[in-house]
Amino acid sequence: MRVARLHKNGSSVKVLKPVDISLMDPLIEKYKGKKGSLIPLLQGTQNLYGYIPREAFQKLASDTGLKISEMYGVATFYAQFRLSPVGKNIIRMCHGTACHVQNVTAVTEDLIDELKIKDGETTEDGLFTLETVACLGCCSLAPVMMIGEETHGKLDGKKAVKIIKDMRRKEVTSKN
Amino acid sequence: MENTKIIVGLGSCGLAAGAGKVYDEFKRIKEADNLVFELKKTSCIGMCYNEPLVEVIDETGSYLYGKVDVKMADEIIDKHLNKFSPIKEFIVSSDQFETKDGTFLNGQVRIALRDCGYIDPESIEEYEARQGYEAIKKILNEKIKDTDVIQIVMDSGLRGRGGAGFSTGMKWKFCNNYKAPNKYIICNADEGDPGAFMDRSLLEGDPHAVLEGMIIGAYAIGATEGIIYCRAEYPLAIKRLNIALDQARKKGYLGENIFGIEGWNFDIRIKEGAGAFVCGEETALMASIEGERGMPRKRPPFPAESGLWKSPSNINNVESFSNIPWIINNGPAAYAQYGTEKSKGTKVFALTGKIKNGGLVEVPMGISIKDIVYKLGGGIIDDKKFKAVQLGGPSGGCIPEYLSDTMIDYDSVVATGAIMGSGGMVVMDETTCMVDIARFFLDFTQKESCGKCTFCRIGTKRMLEILTRITEGEGKVGDIEMLEELASQIRDASLCGLGNSAPNPVLTTIKYFRDEYEAHIRDKKCPALCCKKLLTYTVIPDKCTGCVVCKRACPANAIDGDKKVVHFIHQELCTKCGACYSKCKFEAIQLN
Ligand code: FES
Repeated sequence: MRVARLHKNGSSVKVLKPVDISLMDPLIEKYKGKKGSLIPLLQGTQNLYGYIPREAFQKLASDTGLKISEMYGVATFYAQFRLSPVGKNIIRMCHGTACHVQNVTAVTEDLIDELKIKDGETTEDGLFTLETVACLGCCSLAPVMMIGEETHGKLDGKKAVKIIKDMRRKEVTSKN
Repeated sequence: MENTKIIVGLGSCGLAAGAGKVYDEFKRIKEADNLVFELKKTSCIGMCYNEPLVEVIDETGSYLYGKVDVKMADEIIDKHLNKFSPIKEFIVSSDQFETKDGTFLNGQVRIALRDCGYIDPESIEEYEARQGYEAIKKILNEKIKDTDVIQIVMDSGLRGRGGAGFSTGMKWKFCNNYKAPNKYIICNADEGDPGAFMDRSLLEGDPHAVLEGMIIGAYAIGATEGIIYCRAEYPLAIKRLNIALDQARKKGYLGENIFGIEGWNFDIRIKEGAGAFVCGEETALMASIEGERGMPRKRPPFPAESGLWKSPSNINNVESFSNIPWIINNGPAAYAQYGTEKSKGTKVFALTGKIKNGGLVEVPMGISIKDIVYKLGGGIIDDKKFKAVQLGGPSGGCIPEYLSDTMIDYDSVVATGAIMGSGGMVVMDETTCMVDIARFFLDFTQKESCGKCTFCRIGTKRMLEILTRITEGEGKVGDIEMLEELASQIRDASLCGLGNSAPNPVLTTIKYFRDEYEAHIRDKKCPALCCKKLLTYTVIPDKCTGCVVCKRACPANAIDGDKKVVHFIHQELCTKCGACYSKCKFEAIQLN
């Protein structure tokens, strides 16, 4: 069981910013009272905030009558749901079989060195969150990582680090 | 040039390899130079090792260019289109002359993948131009009864392509037997096997084939609603499915009174999976659609009687569905001509790992593993020694090289201890450590166990601990026996397929590579030089330039040496992290 996922990244972002829970109204409107809507509601919430904030659970409970315990049970069961905020870019490193055989572990280690965070954590500057996933479906390009919607294949440590560095640089120049 | 088509492969893999830029470049040139060729999109043809792929079709024939980049795109326009001279050295396959890579496609029998890489998946017209939706129309025009459709599918010998290999026709028959106001037909597109991407490619490349298969299934069992349960990790597949659904609705193939038949209401919706391997299990998948934790339920009652929302339900896999229209159009005998006595037809495999031609292949059942690896796959990368293939993912096992004459058929594969699975075939060479692979899979199943059955929840954890210990050089005599004992208990005492099959990767590696386990445990050595903690790192004096990079990288300060002086690693300080090895630019660190 993925118990380890629960609390591990609580520490990386210190102060949780309050969220605007009214953003959820249309979502709740759409699914309220429909059967089997728990997962779509949680998915929708996560799409809004990047994670499922505590307040969102409370709002869902009071507006739809779903039980918090049930929602929490579901949210911690599936790999997709996050309970703490994420960085601007989510790096999804594939640790599927094909990527494992092609030595993705070494690539991840280099990324961990570069970003100075562990799996599931977010960098200080809030730019990157590192997540390992099982298979992105591009196995013939292994090792593979996905940043946002973009997939990068045939990686090695150097290439992966360069991609991150380039993104950082762009981020800095666009700010100035 | 009016009759020339340029078709760019824009599947996920192609896009990852840069096909998007290539497409844009063709578009730019076309507009800038006012050229009249037709620019089109398609999905993955399966030759992933040659992505991005661009096909040029002109009056003389078809030419498939591989590994195309922006520069090559310019060249193709310049030489092939303007000067009518195809650039032979870039062409990987053509109907005009033999190519080295031609065998990759010619060795296949493409039924499920019949349209992948040939049509624009976002165009229903192109699907219809290749017999699309003709199967369902044939059924309706010829008034073939539901039970006869089921009989055709049974006669074809099609068995579930998701892994277990249960007869698809039989499954439909069971479900057809139960009458209820609501009945569901579900497509399992929650491809969970890490290292397999058949379903993704099919959904991205030919979504209408899956929809048509589902409509036929709905007709056969009397389903009132269809649901595609698709991994959220496949955004492109979901996007193309949505486009296909809209097109089918507009044409009256989905919705109310479909195909002009009064009272036949049937629609399909997509349900995004939230990421749980156990949802590959039918009952868990249905629990997940109902919005609960995806935990398996006890059977009986079987889903055919009481499944989703307690209504009769039928689940098939993506590949099974996409075979159906072809079977109806061409007849069951045409399908059953391929394969072996008990496994008919073809199977799609995702060929990955240490293989030269990695990609998607569809082969007739009965072909040997060796033929897939060498004839289609082109052999092992860098011509290293072929060690094993892993079939069936976390529920499957490793088949060693000396059994590579094994036929691809459900029963022969099971006889080796592996399972056919959904079609992931990961090729391993001499540098892959089998103990590490077993540990890798156990790590996966241990995390994915839903926690319902004690043996699966705790047993896998204990197995993982033992395997981790062995790969770290802490293995003890008796560990192998302990693993075997745990394996048999987990297998017997778990409710669902995940637990039943979780020990397979360990059992098969023990069976075929016991000496490797023993080397780890007794000699504290990893023969494949893979398990870091069992290696010793030394400097090769002839190659060391004295650049201090490794010295700086070493977190344990175990490396001595000044600039331009050959370095030295103190074994008693070394923590075997491998940092020196990966940082050295001169290959001066040796592993033993
Ligand atoms: S194993 Fe990495 S993409 Fe499939």
